Amino acid sequence: MAMNIMSTTGCLLEMCDERFELEDYQGGVPRWCTGCGDNAILAAAQRLCRDEGLRPEKTVFVSGIGCSSRFPHYMKTYGFHGIHGRALPVAEGVKMARPELTVFVNTGDGDCCSIGAAHWIHAVRYNMNLTVFLHDNKIYGLTKKQASPTTPIGTKSNTTPRGSYLEALNPLTVTLGVQNVSFVAQAVDWIPEVLFDIVKAAYRHKGLSFIRIVQRCPEWLPDMFEPWMRDPDKVQLLHHDDGLQFSASLSRLYKNQLRHDPSDLNRAREIASSLEPIPVGILYRNPDVPCYEDLLRSDKLRTPELTRAVLDAEFDKYTIRPQGSEKMQA
Amino acid sequence: MSIPNSLDIPRSKARPPARKAAVKLKEHIVEIISDSGEGAQKCGQLLGAIAAHTGNGIWTTEIIPAEIRPPARSVAGASGNRIRIGSGRITNGGEETDLVVAFNEQVLLGRLRAKELKPNCTILLESIWRTHVDPKIAASYIEVHDRLVAAGYNVHEVPMEQECRAVVADARRGKNMFALGMLCHIYSLEMRLAADQIALAFGKKDQSVVDANVKLLQAGYKWAQTNLDFCYSIPAARPTEPQIVVNGNTALALGVVASGMEICAMYPITPATSASHYLSEIFSKVGGVLHQAEDEISACAFAVGASYAGKCAVTITSGPGFSLKQEAIGLAVMGEIPLVVVNVQRGGPSTGLPTKMEQGDLMAAIFGSHGDAPKVVMAPGTIEECFYSIITARKIAETFNMVVVVLSDAGLATSQQSFPRPQFSETWMAPPVDQSPVPDGAKPYDWDDATGLARRFVPGRPGGMHTLTGLAHDRDSHVAYDAEINEQSLRARSLKLAALQKTLKAPPVYGDRKGDLLVIGWGSTKGAIEEAVGTMRADGHKVSSLHLQFLQPLPSGIKEIMQGFKKVMTVESNWSDRPQDGIIDETNRRYSSLAILLRSRYLVDIDCWSEVKGQPIKPGTIRRVMSEKLKQ
Repeated sequence: MAMNIMSTTGCLLEMCDERFELEDYQGGVPRWCTGCGDNAILAAAQRLCRDEGLRPEKTVFVSGIGCSSRFPHYMKTYGFHGIHGRALPVAEGVKMARPELTVFVNTGDGDCCSIGAAHWIHAVRYNMNLTVFLHDNKIYGLTKKQASPTTPIGTKSNTTPRGSYLEALNPLTVTLGVQNVSFVAQAVDWIPEVLFDIVKAAYRHKGLSFIRIVQRCPEWLPDMFEPWMRDPDKVQLLHHDDGLQFSASLSRLYKNQLRHDPSDLNRAREIASSLEPIPVGILYRNPDVPCYEDLLRSDKLRTPELTRAVLDAEFDKYTIRPQGSEKMQA
Repeated sequence: MSIPNSLDIPRSKARPPARKAAVKLKEHIVEIISDSGEGAQKCGQLLGAIAAHTGNGIWTTEIIPAEIRPPARSVAGASGNRIRIGSGRITNGGEETDLVVAFNEQVLLGRLRAKELKPNCTILLESIWRTHVDPKIAASYIEVHDRLVAAGYNVHEVPMEQECRAVVADARRGKNMFALGMLCHIYSLEMRLAADQIALAFGKKDQSVVDANVKLLQAGYKWAQTNLDFCYSIPAARPTEPQIVVNGNTALALGVVASGMEICAMYPITPATSASHYLSEIFSKVGGVLHQAEDEISACAFAVGASYAGKCAVTITSGPGFSLKQEAIGLAVMGEIPLVVVNVQRGGPSTGLPTKMEQGDLMAAIFGSHGDAPKVVMAPGTIEECFYSIITARKIAETFNMVVVVLSDAGLATSQQSFPRPQFSETWMAPPVDQSPVPDGAKPYDWDDATGLARRFVPGRPGGMHTLTGLAHDRDSHVAYDAEINEQSLRARSLKLAALQKTLKAPPVYGDRKGDLLVIGWGSTKGAIEEAVGTMRADGHKVSSLHLQFLQPLPSGIKEIMQGFKKVMTVESNWSDRPQDGIIDETNRRYSSLAILLRSRYLVDIDCWSEVKGQPIKPGTIRRVMSEKLKQ
C-alpha cells in the first residue's frame, strides 16, 4: 500500500490519494512451472486489483484444488484454498454473507468441469456477483497427467495411454447453455493484453462473469498449444463497440477478427462451438440478469431487537397461557 | 360392544343423548390413521393442539409412509398421527395405542401388524367399506372387522363418510374434521378451543373453508354424543407459566433464528427438511438467508464460505446428506472455521428408512471425515433442547472455531411437546463481525499452547490478509509439510476439545446416585428412559439414569457416577449384536455406539441394549430390559 492509513488512526475512510502498487497484491512466490499459463493469469489479476484500486482486505480469491488453485497463495489479499471442486459454493457462501467483499474464483478444468461440474452449472444459474477464472490447461497437472474433461480426443495420458476416448467437453457452450448466464468470455494466456482487457470487463460486469482461459501446460502437454501460438490466424479476436476494441499493433498480428455483438446469445453459442479458430473475446454479456444475492437477501439487519420481535411473534402462534392470563392465543 | 352397522343408524334423529359419566383417565394414547392425503395427520395435530390448550401434557408422533402417495387401502400406506394425552407432563410417545380412529381396515391392519395397538384397544372404524360396490373390498372389510371383534378389540363402526355427506359435498375430504369432533366428545374437550384451532389451521384459506370444517367438527361431536356409550376426561393441570407447543424441527428452526446465525444452507432431505420449510417462512424477517443448494456438498461448502467470511452458518441435513458433507466438514476443522451441522438422523445405512427414527450416526458424527478431525457433537434429548442446543452450538462453534454437530432424529423431528416459552436474551446472538485492524505481527493461527485456541482473521480486517488452506499449514497459514508443524497443528486442534471439556459439567443423575443399575442414554430416548426409570423406582427398584447431551467431548464426572452402581448399560437405537446369537461372543460382539465410547473412555464393562425398529423405544420395553438386567 502506498500509504498505510489504517495503522495509527484506525481511520477507515477511504482517502482520495490512496493508491495501490502491484506489490500490495503480491503474496508468495509462485511455484508454477516455468512457462505455465497460470503466471499470466496471476499478472492480469494483480494488475486488475491495482488499476481498480481494490482494497486487499476487502478482496477474496477462492479456489479449489489443482495447479490453478494455488493462485490465492500468490496474492496478498484474503484467500481461501479449499477442497477439490467446491470453490464455487464456498465463494457463493462468502458473497452471500458479505456482499460488500469482492470475490474471485480460481478453478481448473478438473476442478470446475469434472468433480465440481454440478456447482458450475448452478453457479451460472445463481448469477452471483463473482468473477470466475477457469484455468483450462486441458489436463490434470498436479496429479501428473491424467485426461481431464477438456482433454482433446486421442490425447495420451497416464490414464489413457492409448489415447483418450471421448470428445472434449466445451466449457463455453456448456456455460452458454445454462439459463441465467450473464457473462462468458474466452482468453488465451499468451496474449496478455487481451487477457487483461477480458479480466477487466469481467470484473466490471455485475453478475457471474465466467472466463475460460486457455492456458499452456509446458510440463505435460508441451506441444498441445504450439499450433495456435505459431499461427495467429488460428485465433479469432471478437471485437465490438460494446465489447473489446483492439490496438493497431495487436490487429497487425492478429488479423483474424470478427465483429460480434455480446448481447446476441444465439450467435455467441455458434461462435463458442468453433474449435478452430479459437474465439477470443467477450462472447456474451447481459447486465440485466438479477443476482441471486440481491434476490435472496432481505434489507433487514440481523439485530437483537428484530430477532426478539420476530421470535415473540412466532412463539405467540404456539403459546398456551396459564388460566387467568388468557391473552389472545394468536 | 359394537354398534349396529351404518345402514341401521338413523341419520338425523338419534336417540336422545344419554348422560354418560366421563371416565377419568390419567392418560390415553390416541391414533388417527388414514390413506395418505385423507387428512389424518391434520386431525391428529389439531387434537394435540386442543389437548395442549386444555392444559394436558401431550406428545404427538407422526405416522408417515415412505411414499408420497402409497396405493389407497394398503397395509404399508398408513398415514396419520399418534397423540399421547396425559394429566401431567409427557416426555415421550409412551406404550401402545388405547384408541384408534381408522379410515379403512387396511391401514388399521398395518398398525396391528406393527403391534402398535393395545390388546383391548378401542377402534372407531369407517364403515362405508361394508357396502362397497366392489365385493372384494366389502369382503375384506367384513373379514377384518369380524376378526378384530373375535380377537377382543372394542370395535365401533362409524359411518363417517355418510354422516359427512349431510354436511359437505366432498365428504371424503371432510372426514378428518368429523373424526376430530368425535374425539373432542370422547375426551370431553372444549369445542370452543377446537373451533379456535381450526380457525388457526385454515385461517390462510377462505372463511367458508373454516366454516365447513367447524360444521364437520360439530357433526362428529354430535354423532359421538348420540351413538357412543363411553367418554373420558383426562384432568388437566394447567401450567403456571406460558408454554409453547412445537415439534423438534420447528424448535431447531426457531433455535437458528434465536442464535443470531444469518445463513442456513441446505438440500432437501427427509426428515430434516421441514426445519428449513419453516425457516424459509420466517428467516428473512430477521435478515436471515435460507439457501437451497444444488446438493448436500454444496450446501455444506456454502455454509463454510459464509462462516469463513464471518457469519457463522448452519447446514441442516439427515444421514445420507451428512455422509456427503464429510469432506467439507473436514475442511472447516482444518481451517478452524466455526460451523453448525444439524443431522436429523434417520434409519441407515444408505437410503435406509427415510422417515423413521434411529440413532445410527453417532460414530459418523464423532469420527467422520478422514484424518484426525476433532469436532464437537451434541444431541438434544427433548424438543426444548432442540431449540437451545442450536444457540449453544453456535456459541461453541464461534468460541472455539470448531465444527459443532447437533444430532436430532426423526423421532424428535415430527413429535410435538410443550415446554416453557423461551425468554429471548441478547446473549444468544452472534456478535457483529470484527472488522478492526489486526495488530502488527499477529498470526492467523496463533495457537495457544495451553488450549490450542487461535484467533481468527475475517476478511475485511486490515492487515490480516492470508490464504486459508485445507493443506497442512503453519501459524501464518502458509502451506507447510514440515513434520513438526503438522504435529503442532494437530495438537492444537485436539486441545480445543479438552479446553471445551473443562467447561462442561457432568449431567444430572435421574434418580439416586447409588444403586443396582444405571442406564445411560443420549438424544431422543431421554423421555422414555426416564419414564421407565421412574416407574421402576416407584416399584422399589434401585435404578437410575444418566442422559448425555455432550457426546464429544464427554464431560468429566461420568466415571464417578458410574462407580455408584453395580451395573451400567446403555439403551440406544442403533445396532448392537445380540449375545443370544450363537456366533456372537465377547471377542466379536459389536456394541452400541455410546457403549463403545464409554467402554473405551472409562475402561468399564458397560453393557448395552438396543432396538432398531425405526420407532422410538417404548418405556415399557426399557422396563423389561432393566428388569432382565437386574436379574442377571
